[in-house]
Amino acid sequence: MQRSWWKILAVLLLLYTFTAGFLVQVPVIGNLYQTIRNLFFHVPMWFGQMILLLVSMIFSIRYLRSGNLVDDIKAREFARTGIIFGILGLVTGAIWATYTWGEPWSNDPKQIAVAIALLIYLAYFVLRNSMPDIDKRARVSSVYNIFGYFIYVPLIMVLPRLVQSLHPGGEGVEGNPALGGQDLDPAMRMVFWPAVFGWTLLGVWMTTLLIRISKLKEKNWIHA
Amino acid sequence: MPSTQKIIALFKKDLLLEIRQQYTFYGILLYIASTIFVLFLAMGQPEATAWNGLFWMNLLFICINAVAKSFLQDSRGRMLYYYSIAGALDFILAKLLYNVLLMLVMSLLSILLFSFFLGSPFADTINFLGITILGGISISLVFTLLAAIAAKASQNAALMAILGFPLIIPQLLLLIKISKSAFGEIFRDGALIQMVLLLGALDLMVVILSLILFPFLWKD
Repeated sequence: MQRSWWKILAVLLLLYTFTAGFLVQVPVIGNLYQTIRNLFFHVPMWFGQMILLLVSMIFSIRYLRSGNLVDDIKAREFARTGIIFGILGLVTGAIWATYTWGEPWSNDPKQIAVAIALLIYLAYFVLRNSMPDIDKRARVSSVYNIFGYFIYVPLIMVLPRLVQSLHPGGEGVEGNPALGGQDLDPAMRMVFWPAVFGWTLLGVWMTTLLIRISKLKEKNWIHA
Repeated sequence: MPSTQKIIALFKKDLLLEIRQQYTFYGILLYIASTIFVLFLAMGQPEATAWNGLFWMNLLFICINAVAKSFLQDSRGRMLYYYSIAGALDFILAKLLYNVLLMLVMSLLSILLFSFFLGSPFADTINFLGITILGGISISLVFTLLAAIAAKASQNAALMAILGFPLIIPQLLLLIKISKSAFGEIFRDGALIQMVLLLGALDLMVVILSLILFPFLWKD
């Protein structure tokens, strides 16, 4: 009970997200209408993905410092949930974009960025599977994970300078139908931040379960 | 601590190997020539945007082929020998230097052949030459560490492409954008300098990451 309070919190926050998210009074902005409620589901996926991948990278650094295989398992599973969140973010975004931008894919810098993130982390798993030796696999893939993350973060900053964005805050296209981060309605903000927190906690929860499964599966060589 | 003497010695070793076993060098040269010739047969003389895109993709593939072998050609026994005489930092710095030089030669040759076969739609030759040098350096830096990773994994070049393509995108997009200035596209004041500096910062970060991470790949 003492250690599961955050799981209860995650459930409560998500219950709140699902009820308040559909009931809260939303402002009508441009052609968004009620699709603006997707903000509570789509955007938290990005926060969640960034946080999960960051944690994965930190565990990779820890592995390189400690040589403890459990750290490598944690890095791997956090990357896995990061990919899941990325795919979910991409799908929720594509659905949203279909109704507001007119097409699911419009070469928006953030869409490109997530596609690249998925490629990087799928390559991470391909790299892992290409090596049979456990210690070597852990070390080499940790190096790639750290390198990849440090390239990915500048990418998110570089891309918007190069490609016009339809996302809020993007420059270029006139009559941007999305809302900017700063003019988020106070009522929506009351749902948005709990949603971000709730989804991220759910991601961590999923990851801890995956880690426990992996530890059981691979216990033969963890303590060896 | 890295010592200049060791770095120079390792660098010279790579250079000598290249000069003595000329087949690899000429191999890449032929690779460049045949790629560009095939492009010429397929496209004729494309307009500027297509030319630019083709040029950078061509450099990317050359880099994968040229840099990949920099770690693959060293056998396990030889790596052990280097390990006993030099540090990881000496080794990676020498490799970075050598790959930068190799890629510079290759990219300048590519420009030459590209201009010969596919025409030269750029308005400002000096400008484009500078950008190509910058690009060759950037791409070779990223792929040096990736080559080290791929060499550890399973010694194949396909893996390097899978690992490298997503990671090279920021630099490649920046380069394509910057090189548009040589095709006569006008940028907002200071935007070009800003992008070049950004590219330089990325390169610096890649070098620092290589220096930090390579020692972990090195010990087996």
